[in-house]
Amino acid sequence: MGIKRTPLYEEHLKLGAKMVDFAGWEMPIQYSGITDEHLSVRNDVGIFDVSHMGEILIEGSDALAFVQNLVTNDVSKLVNQQVQYTLMCYEDGGVVDDLLVYRYDEFKILLVVNASNADKDFEWVVRHIGEYRVKTTNLSDSYGQVAVQGPNAEKIVQTLTNYDLTQIKFFFFTELEMNGSHFIVSRTGYTGEDGFEIYGEPKDIINLWQKFINLGVKPIALGARDTLRFEASLPLYGDEISDKITPLEASLGYFVKLDTDFIGKAALVKQKEAGLKRKLVGIKLLSKGILRHGYPVYNQDHQEIGNITTGYLLPDYEFAVALAIVETNYTNIGEKVLVGIRNKVYEAEVINKKFMDKKYKK
Amino acid sequence: MKVVQGLYYSKEHEWVRVEGEYAYIGITDYAQHSLGDIVFVELPEVDDELTVDDSFSVVESVKAASDVYTPVSGVIVEANIILEVEPQLLNQNPYENWIVKLELDDLNELDKLMNSEEYQKFCEKQ
Repeated sequence: MGIKRTPLYEEHLKLGAKMVDFAGWEMPIQYSGITDEHLSVRNDVGIFDVSHMGEILIEGSDALAFVQNLVTNDVSKLVNQQVQYTLMCYEDGGVVDDLLVYRYDEFKILLVVNASNADKDFEWVVRHIGEYRVKTTNLSDSYGQVAVQGPNAEKIVQTLTNYDLTQIKFFFFTELEMNGSHFIVSRTGYTGEDGFEIYGEPKDIINLWQKFINLGVKPIALGARDTLRFEASLPLYGDEISDKITPLEASLGYFVKLDTDFIGKAALVKQKEAGLKRKLVGIKLLSKGILRHGYPVYNQDHQEIGNITTGYLLPDYEFAVALAIVETNYTNIGEKVLVGIRNKVYEAEVINKKFMDKKYKK
Repeated sequence: MKVVQGLYYSKEHEWVRVEGEYAYIGITDYAQHSLGDIVFVELPEVDDELTVDDSFSVVESVKAASDVYTPVSGVIVEANIILEVEPQLLNQNPYENWIVKLELDDLNELDKLMNSEEYQKFCEKQ
């Protein structure tokens, strides 16, 4: 299968983006530079092409029960037009993917999944239909998607619609007219800032993107998307969660409701009862340098106790910080550990993994 | 993309400026541009002996760590410690900010490197 392009591919080239292969998609990795893009979202507003994300529509009389069986969070708590962050697990508790659940009503639910897992997820969902009366449709190629994120997101998006955006609360969505076309708009994102994720027909997404760019909204590429989500301690599949790391180990227990029934529950109950052997923590490097995914973490006796899942030297930080999954004995804040960077070992410290306060409008 | 005359260039996008028996080594404009925002430079120790193609420094952008290889052999006589506090100088002015100064072992090694015209053409083909 050839490399895929989003509806905004030509727009990225026009903006001089540096393009890379990301999960089979030809995507922008940076426009003006990761630091500049990161700070634009923190201080103003930026727009992301996230059309590569996967969308799976679940319809039918058993839609709600079917989704409940697939995900760790409690979807019965959702009202119409509400969105929920959740995870799908394998029987052994490892993660299939993390995703957003959009409830239109109890008979129609949209799942928004990671691009890198979209095909695997769709197969997983279909495989579990069994006796459930549902119809599943892979809409990944029908939607374009942009995210507008930052403290000025609401102000700028409001200029393109008559719909009062203050009516869309945090983790809710609506369907509305914007820029003369029809879109699904949710107050969600992956940056720790206020903002919206906007789904629409590919041609409408292109027009909307051009409109925002002409309004002076900075385009933000995958490089800064990762530094932004990391600074907000939001997990990325393949780093903080994977088929080898359960949601409990990744400190995502809040999104795992063990009083519901779902695939993988038994394994997670067992893991919780036995006590977690490892956990996700924040790490600060005490000297200059940068911690990267996969670097080993050691105790003071130089025994390996875990590894770095994501790390960066973020804009305006004096020292590199990282997320790491380490043995539970070493997860107290202030714990002194060692990290391996190439062939040397450096001092580091366990810190609160909340690197910044999220600025959601709730 | 800028190429400066009078320097030697490697296929790995390092430049070499020769002064007598000494050589200053840095990364080219092409290299800094493809790396993106440089936020950390790991420097080698003075007196380390390098042979051609040894990695002597690691330049880290926000996104990734990249080794810098020496195109010539020699002993390190100085590392540019300014880069430890201002790594972004490699983005801003890559040809003025060398990473190491070597005492060259063998001036003949320079014959294997490109001149500015050859390097310009090499980059255009990348």
